[in-house]
Amino acid sequence: MQARLAAKDLACRRGDSLLFRGLSLECDSGAAVHVTGANGVGKSSLIRILAGLLRPFAGTVETVGGIGLVDERLALDEALPLGKALAFWETLDGCRDAGRAMELLDLANLLDVPVRFLSTGQRKRAALARLLNRNCPIWLLDEPLNGLDTEAQKAFEALIAQHCQGGGIAIVASHQPIALPSPRAIALAEFAA
Amino acid sequence: MIGPLLRRDLGLLLPGGRGGAGVLPLLFFLAVAMLYPFAVGPDAQLLAQTGGGVIWVAALLAAILPLEKLVTADLDAGVFDQLHLRGASEELAVASRLLAHWLAFAPLLLLATLPAAALLGLSGETLRPVLLGLLAGTPGLAAVGLIVAALTASLRGGAALAGLMVIPLAVPILIFGAGALSRPESSGLLLTAAISLGLCAIAPFAAGAAIRSAREE
Repeated sequence: MQARLAAKDLACRRGDSLLFRGLSLECDSGAAVHVTGANGVGKSSLIRILAGLLRPFAGTVETVGGIGLVDERLALDEALPLGKALAFWETLDGCRDAGRAMELLDLANLLDVPVRFLSTGQRKRAALARLLNRNCPIWLLDEPLNGLDTEAQKAFEALIAQHCQGGGIAIVASHQPIALPSPRAIALAEFAA
Repeated sequence: MIGPLLRRDLGLLLPGGRGGAGVLPLLFFLAVAMLYPFAVGPDAQLLAQTGGGVIWVAALLAAILPLEKLVTADLDAGVFDQLHLRGASEELAVASRLLAHWLAFAPLLLLATLPAAALLGLSGETLRPVLLGLLAGTPGLAAVGLIVAALTASLRGGAALAGLMVIPLAVPILIFGAGALSRPESSGLLLTAAISLGLCAIAPFAAGAAIRSAREE
């Protein structure tokens, strides 16, 4: 899997305040980066800028390879059973072996449950299943551990390690510690304007 | 890409679907047609004369009801974000939604026009231009509704504002569509269709841009 993500001299403005500036980041295949910082320091904004969903106030982002995003928004139809809600994205992503993600994330027995009845942790796992099914090289994860129990956290850390070993990139914004295959970390507070 | 999108949108919006307003707009439409004779009295000639216009106004107001659910839910759930990451532009997503919205709303409205016309005592001659006019005008109403729904999706109290914004934008459709009732030639219908087509052509771009700018907030 060939992947690359290069951000140069990023600055982000929300409302009247500059959240961070002068942030550069280069990732090649296999890289994992932990973005740390307190609430409101701009972690989510950085993830959305890297995903191309938010225009940076300054700077550029270049990516090679498909992007998978997991944030607090599930993007699954609340009224549908989980299996059918995920099936929509599987069709769009051309995913053939959706069963694998269900098994890895322990979702197989929840497929008939409507999405709105899922618990916080189960919803997060559903979002991660959508990410796995996408089978893309660049993972942008915004607080992926929120709501997961310790067992699920361990399982997901293993999935990230596997993803990076296969040549993928993982950029994880998280205020809590997470075990990544490389100890690279960006403390966003250092770039505060 | 458009196939799965359209299937999902239809599943959301068709009556009995999981996210739309269902048959409520239709019942609202029939309720207006039923109330009107109570309000103006049983004068058959008056009813037949004004009934066509009442059907048009009822159709316009019924078109406002489904707007609330058209864009907001998917915007809040991040569906447009995920589609964007997969290379599906907002324009494409909105075009699919426009088609689904019209299919969910217009065919049944045309059907409901028949009992409404019976309630108002319209003759066959009057019914024909009403039906043709609605057929020509509803795509435009759907397009205006979608544009306004996308513009107001990220605002608080957007639903009420959407209703207010649709009405002036729909006036041209109403003027020519309902105006066709009083003229024997078909120019009114053709103008209605032309306005509709123009609005349908603009809608994906206008609503797509609105969704993109809502994301930047």
